[in-house]
Amino acid sequence: MTFNNNSRLKYKASLKRNIYNSLFTFISVVFTILSILPLILLLSYVFIKGATQINLSLLSNLPEPPGDDLLNAGGIGNALQGTIIITLIASSIAVPIGVGGGIYLAEYARNGKFASFIRFGTNVLSGVPSIIAGVFIYGIIVSTKIIFNSTYSALAGGISLSILMLPTVIKTTDEGLKLVSDDLRKGALSVGASKFLTITQVTLPAAIKPITTGIILAIARAAGETAPLIFTALFSFYWFEAPTSILEPIASLSVLIYNFALEPYEAQNQLAWAASLILVSIILIMNIITKLWARKS
Amino acid sequence: MKGTLNPLLGKKHIMSNQIPKSKAPNLPESLYKLRQRPHSEKVVDTGFKDAVYLMASMVAVFLIAIFVVVFIGSIESMSRYGLKFLTTSNWNPITDEYGAFAAIYGTIITSIFSLAIAVPLGIGTAIFITEDILPRKLREIISVLVELLAAIPSVILGLWAIFVMEPFLRPLFALIHKKLGWIFFFSSEPIGAGIAPAILILSIMILPIITAISRDSLNQVPFRLRQAAYGVGATRSTTIINIILPAAISGITGGILLALGRALGETMAVTMIIGNSNNFSLSLFSPGYTISSMLANQFGEADGNQVSSLMYASFILMIITLTVNLAANWLVKRLSLKY
Repeated sequence: MTFNNNSRLKYKASLKRNIYNSLFTFISVVFTILSILPLILLLSYVFIKGATQINLSLLSNLPEPPGDDLLNAGGIGNALQGTIIITLIASSIAVPIGVGGGIYLAEYARNGKFASFIRFGTNVLSGVPSIIAGVFIYGIIVSTKIIFNSTYSALAGGISLSILMLPTVIKTTDEGLKLVSDDLRKGALSVGASKFLTITQVTLPAAIKPITTGIILAIARAAGETAPLIFTALFSFYWFEAPTSILEPIASLSVLIYNFALEPYEAQNQLAWAASLILVSIILIMNIITKLWARKS
Repeated sequence: MKGTLNPLLGKKHIMSNQIPKSKAPNLPESLYKLRQRPHSEKVVDTGFKDAVYLMASMVAVFLIAIFVVVFIGSIESMSRYGLKFLTTSNWNPITDEYGAFAAIYGTIITSIFSLAIAVPLGIGTAIFITEDILPRKLREIISVLVELLAAIPSVILGLWAIFVMEPFLRPLFALIHKKLGWIFFFSSEPIGAGIAPAILILSIMILPIITAISRDSLNQVPFRLRQAAYGVGATRSTTIINIILPAAISGITGGILLALGRALGETMAVTMIIGNSNNFSLSLFSPGYTISSMLANQFGEADGNQVSSLMYASFILMIITLTVNLAANWLVKRLSLKY
């Protein structure tokens, strides 16, 4: 048989299968557009509504209690300060514990029963809804007044965020260390380094990139988290004053957005948009840094 | 005690004895000496191991503590209302009557409907990203954009939903109510905040999870499967539907279940847009409640039995999300790729 009838090999768009194929491609394009559309709409609204209010006094003033002044809602200075402080408290708990736990999983336990139990627990903990972390801290710290008789406090808020950060930090440390070549470990041990020195001087530095990436992403997530803060850290209309304020309610950008979005006053709603712009910028910058960083390698 | 009890010291003698003096006559004796491990080094070593062991255990401690604290907090309400709590929807702090049926129903209905929207969109986007319809650079940008959507705090999505999305969609909702009002899901007049906008905002929030996990599973399907399909003359759509998707189904299902777990527990955006009403209604346009929005809304000013009832509700939420997450883990392991 010869291929004299060449037209049978040519692509025919009118064939049923080809029409079906183009339709399929078209649907996936439409779905993709629908998926990115919310992000673009949301970011443009946050920038349009927030950008007009960005000035120095926004960052240096305190928010006005709703209803006091109908035209001026004040600034978000203490909320920005509070977000930084709560995130710092959360990181100072979650980062050492998370990195340490990750080191144990990757360097000591590897595939043992305990390690697989802890890895399983990490997965479960990362699936716990963030509001449950708030309920837990409310039950164990706020309602019992266990820490110096204080109820709602910056410390309680920070601890509840640290529970949400912990699984991310452990997972990325564990996976980062597992990627480090075993030759490095053996080399260090064979020249007489102790296990402690091997880990701190050789394997940790080799895995520093994935670990810091994980930490930055965990911090970015914690900075935007609201649910665990609304009944642990509450809100405050005053500046944070070290060190006494750590046991008092504290403001944060995310809780400010939540509270002021639900106020009936226009000025407060505007302030919520301004706070959103600041918060989104911080979080997106952190995320983009880690993405660019990951691409370089 | 330093040195003599050290097992390495004995080795040192053996080793230096084993090397015949005649073969290395000019080398000083010190070269063969092994370094002695000082006592302090061992203390640091074992101390470090114990410390990181403790830190790893903290995960289990936190997890168990969360369960215990929430369970103990809910005992009072459990013994008082029992399983009736799950089937009634009174929520009255004045008469001290509590039932979470409306909230549980709201949690499940919002999650299922948002999955119904996000699953086709997410898988469609994942297919688009993994196929060569556009140049790689552009597809990577789309992929990053979808991932950035996951980074947006839910409180900001809630703000956007209140002031932008819901007012924009209200005429559409009103039209649906007018035309399809005979279906019980659309039977009430859209009045602003309600279950329908909450479903939409939830689907936006879980979309990135489904897309990212589906994309990774699709990328893992061996290229030769695709080549073989194209080789026998299959079109792209046939290849994807009959070859690639079935091969990646385990990862995709796991991703969908993880997204379901996220949707069940999602709090802020839903609280801001769902209307927070404990009146049970089948209509999607009426205000409702989810367990997490009920917690966010009431926990701050609750006391007595109400706290205990809220703890009971959070215990139920925890059990539901835990089951879904365990199922996701099990499915991914069970159905993992066989190629």
